[in-house]
Amino acid sequence: MSASTSHMGPRVLAGFAAERPGAAFTALLLGIVGLASLFAPLIAPQDPFDLASFDLLDAELPPIWQQGSDARFLLGTDAQGRDLFSAILYGTRISLFVGILAVVIQAAIGVPLGLLAGFFGGKVDALVTRAADIQLSLSTLMMAIIVMALFRAGLGGQALSQFAVPLLVLVIGLAEWPVFARTTRAATLVEAAKDYVRAARSVGSSDRAIVQRHILPNILSPLVIIATTQVAGAIMAEAALSFLGLGMPVTKPSLGTLIRSGYDLMFAGAWWVTVLPGLVLIGVLISVNVLGDALRDALDPRRRAS
Amino acid sequence: MKAFASAFAFAATRLFQALLVMVAILVIAFAVRASLGDPLREIMGQSVPEEERAELRHELGLDAPWPVQLARYLGDAATGDLGTSIIYKRPTVQVVLAKFPASFELVLGASLIVLLLSVPGGVYCAVRPNSLGAKLILGVSVLGISVPVFLTGIFLITVFSVWLGWLPAFGRGETIDLGPWPTGLFALDGLKHLLLPAITLSSIMLPLFIRLVRGAMLDELAHDYVRTARAKGVRPLRVWLVHALRNALLPLVAVGGLQIGTLIAYTLLTETVFQWPGMGFLFLEAVTRSDIPLITTYLVLVGLFFVITNTIVDLVSLALDPRVSLEGAR
Repeated sequence: MSASTSHMGPRVLAGFAAERPGAAFTALLLGIVGLASLFAPLIAPQDPFDLASFDLLDAELPPIWQQGSDARFLLGTDAQGRDLFSAILYGTRISLFVGILAVVIQAAIGVPLGLLAGFFGGKVDALVTRAADIQLSLSTLMMAIIVMALFRAGLGGQALSQFAVPLLVLVIGLAEWPVFARTTRAATLVEAAKDYVRAARSVGSSDRAIVQRHILPNILSPLVIIATTQVAGAIMAEAALSFLGLGMPVTKPSLGTLIRSGYDLMFAGAWWVTVLPGLVLIGVLISVNVLGDALRDALDPRRRAS
Repeated sequence: MKAFASAFAFAATRLFQALLVMVAILVIAFAVRASLGDPLREIMGQSVPEEERAELRHELGLDAPWPVQLARYLGDAATGDLGTSIIYKRPTVQVVLAKFPASFELVLGASLIVLLLSVPGGVYCAVRPNSLGAKLILGVSVLGISVPVFLTGIFLITVFSVWLGWLPAFGRGETIDLGPWPTGLFALDGLKHLLLPAITLSSIMLPLFIRLVRGAMLDELAHDYVRTARAKGVRPLRVWLVHALRNALLPLVAVGGLQIGTLIAYTLLTETVFQWPGMGFLFLEAVTRSDIPLITTYLVLVGLFFVITNTIVDLVSLALDPRVSLEGAR
């Protein structure tokens, strides 16, 4: 029954694009941003992490469409003379990397727990549901802020900057697993009651085979939908932590770090260091959210009917 | 009578749970202090000979086994003493609580905006789901969810402070002392300073609450009693506001109560953008300067606030609708 919906061939994609031009546009935008940040080392004119490669004499140059700009710096420079175009490319790369990897961790914890809870029910279910409730009531962002703050206060700013990427991925990843667990559990409950599962059991399939081969493929749609919105949430959490000075260091700036470091300069007139990375961040977040909504409409049969 | 007794039992259980959570938070705070902070450095600095350190350590009871130290920490906490700040050289509880009025007024301002806009907005989106206005409101709320709160703040500052020069960009402005509570609510300058931070903070909660109100209203409107009320000739406006909205507010209190942690986090971000002298701003200062006692005190007090509000939300839900909550008490 679900064979037709799980095939995402080119024709289905084309239909999707024709039906939802807005979503197709944001998907295209995301594709460009994703590719550009993936190939940042090839595109960027400068390595923004190499402090020796920029000159303080180039500091705070405006973008090339403004007066007093330098042709070498497409989008101007920051307070240290770093090329902003390169910094944004690399920063987007870090933001996307942290966001996606954090969601992979969320899913890696949440999906198996949700499958267990939904399939076996009983005590396992009660335990997982309770743990998820407690974790969710604590607010991800607040937990992430507290953990990163304690690491920073305990280790000092220097040590934190070395481990910033793995720490951010872990903290944001561990905080939101209940979202995946809940969705997986709810979908598993529905699937496990269906005839094909009973049929599989009657021909002697093991629990493991039923969950892996039959239930998991059939609950992928809701998982894909929440994964999309979770990526937006994770990117935003990373940006917020970096903006507070609890995330990526100035020497390896993500978009949030760039916004923070430019914020001090804004009142002195150098608006671009804050505004340009901010626009990229908002663009990415809106695109991911719009894409998530479109996927929800396209994959959720109940919504499609209405 | 029986219902009253079980309601009382529920309230008692809930209060006991709250107390347990508070003890757990204090134990965590103690663990953080014991592993990250060196109380001797707080008192005497680093260039003191080892014998003197050992002597003072003994005098302060820091060489006692950790269960004894923990018991002492909990005992002090019960009397409201959570240590001394390294930066300010004053009791940390005093330092943090001195910043509470600023944070509270910011949250109050933002909550007022959220309440005044989300209820009418959400009800409108529920009763006229296909209208242009509803689509506009929901579209803008997707935008609101997508824009990080600090960028909203920076954007508002750019427009209203830097370009137009209408409103101040940072700080709390003039305050009037009401006893121990310095308030910015009764001075024009204080209110001007409050406006942009409050709008910023509300911008992130507003989309969420509009969706909540809309969802709850849609659920209620599908019930039979709404149709019955309409059928016997009650005017639509009265059905929406008096019948449906009243019931829609029930789940709203419970779900809204869950957002308190998130609200604290966003308050912290807003305070950073506007250099608003509240508790969050103080917390970040304590973090950059590694003032461990101040950090743990902030965490304990925020935890206390979190536990108190959650307990109140639970008890209010009980008062509004005993049926739901009592099932959980058993």
